[in-house]
Amino acid sequence: METLLKARKLSKVFGSGCPLCRESTGPDFDTNVCPHCHSVVACNAVDFDLYPGEVLGIVGESGSGKSTLIKLAHFEWEATGGEMNLHRSALPEGLGELLADAADQYTRNLFGLSQFQQRQVRNALMGIVYQNPFLGLRMNVSSGGNIAERLLGAGWRHIGKMRERASELLEKTEIPISRMDEPPKNFSGGMQQRVQIAKALSNNPLLLLLDEVTTGLDLSVQARVLDLIRSLQREFQLSMLVVSHDLGVINLLCNRTMVMKHGRVVESGLTDQILQDPQHRYSQLLVASQL
Amino acid sequence: MLSVENLNKTFNIQILDNIRIPGCSDVSFKVEPGQFFALAGPSGKGKSTVLKCIYRTYLPGSGQIWYDSANYGRVDLASAPERMLLDIRSREMGYVSQFLNVIPRVSAIDLVMEPIIVRNGVSYADARERACNLLERLHIPQKLFNAYPATFSGGEQQRVNIARAIGWKPRLLLLDEPTASLDTKSIERVLELLDELREQGTTMVGIFHDQDIMNRIASQIYYL
Repeated sequence: METLLKARKLSKVFGSGCPLCRESTGPDFDTNVCPHCHSVVACNAVDFDLYPGEVLGIVGESGSGKSTLIKLAHFEWEATGGEMNLHRSALPEGLGELLADAADQYTRNLFGLSQFQQRQVRNALMGIVYQNPFLGLRMNVSSGGNIAERLLGAGWRHIGKMRERASELLEKTEIPISRMDEPPKNFSGGMQQRVQIAKALSNNPLLLLLDEVTTGLDLSVQARVLDLIRSLQREFQLSMLVVSHDLGVINLLCNRTMVMKHGRVVESGLTDQILQDPQHRYSQLLVASQL
Repeated sequence: MLSVENLNKTFNIQILDNIRIPGCSDVSFKVEPGQFFALAGPSGKGKSTVLKCIYRTYLPGSGQIWYDSANYGRVDLASAPERMLLDIRSREMGYVSQFLNVIPRVSAIDLVMEPIIVRNGVSYADARERACNLLERLHIPQKLFNAYPATFSGGEQQRVNIARAIGWKPRLLLLDEPTASLDTKSIERVLELLDELREQGTTMVGIFHDQDIMNRIASQIYYL
């Protein structure tokens, strides 16, 4: 099976950067701040492959660079280096043309696209759910309107059909349809999170990015959101990148997992192997610290 | 079907000053198709370690684990790529431990049905029938089918666990003390189901603490 997404040497440095940044930061130095130029190396030389229908977990403490990876993949931040290739056969019609590169079967580096093209790729292929629903939703616009906004971006134009799609998604995420015209600011945190998921799924994404989606939710709501994500993943055969510092969430959702520390991937493997036979010092510490 | 050659595993605990804990050493055996192969020996000898190395929950230290995969042919599970291993797990190789890995908000019947639907590609109705049948044979009260196993007794959880592991009829099943928390009657039923599964072609490698159970079910015993 071909990979859907192939990331190579992804890097993000905040600050001026110097030639010594990379070799003087990382887990071996216990810092991600370069001692020479004081730039922050948020992530350095990260490689990963994501296959269709696969769920890849990214764990690590705060500041390890996990969310940076998500933001790079979602084109929110510009990468300092590296590339991200998308397999063309996975693309819906139309977009394949846009990204086609005669040289090989992969598209060009997605980071090499214009901002307009990146937006097209994002609208057509990706969905994202943030830890903070304020980032993913317009709190003053109705829930249905939030979803319609995303559908408009993906090229939908028929109001009736958009409404139909919105109610279908809200039903799937267990939001009462009767409340679809209410703005998310009226909802509880768990409901907001589920509206966010509905919005993220509205364009039938191939790739769903989850950034600490259950952090801050109470246990019963957390279980409900996770259960929802699991069933939607299976139903739509979604590929997902799941960022979490909660090993329980990772264990429940992910086939494979990468452990990050100070901007580096220190270990990657099958999720049960990472949890039961961690190799790297930091992974061992992480697993030993679990409640 | 499965050939383990000079398998060694040592755990290197870096956070405890790099102490090294032996897992298993120089384990070699061959399992023929259709066998029920039992691993025996005192605790701490590494029986579970061997099983987990085969399933790759533990990274084998050295040695080979040759497996004749239906899909990939002869592969060394100790060094096979992760993607291949995940695929073999989801099509061919099952693992059942002493404990049920409870998934929040998933009912007992759904837990058993899930692998049947995903892995055997049968219809919802057929999967449900097969799952109900299994749970009934394991004497899980019908009232509990739609309840969440987190609140079940230890024995009930374990029987759900076994139903989940055998429902999809894996080609190779690894069993780590599946009968540990069961009463005699339940053990009888589990052994009966395992016998049936073996007749249908599943090869098994298992650990049983109880000598009598092991002698009854195993076709070959390997002492570590």
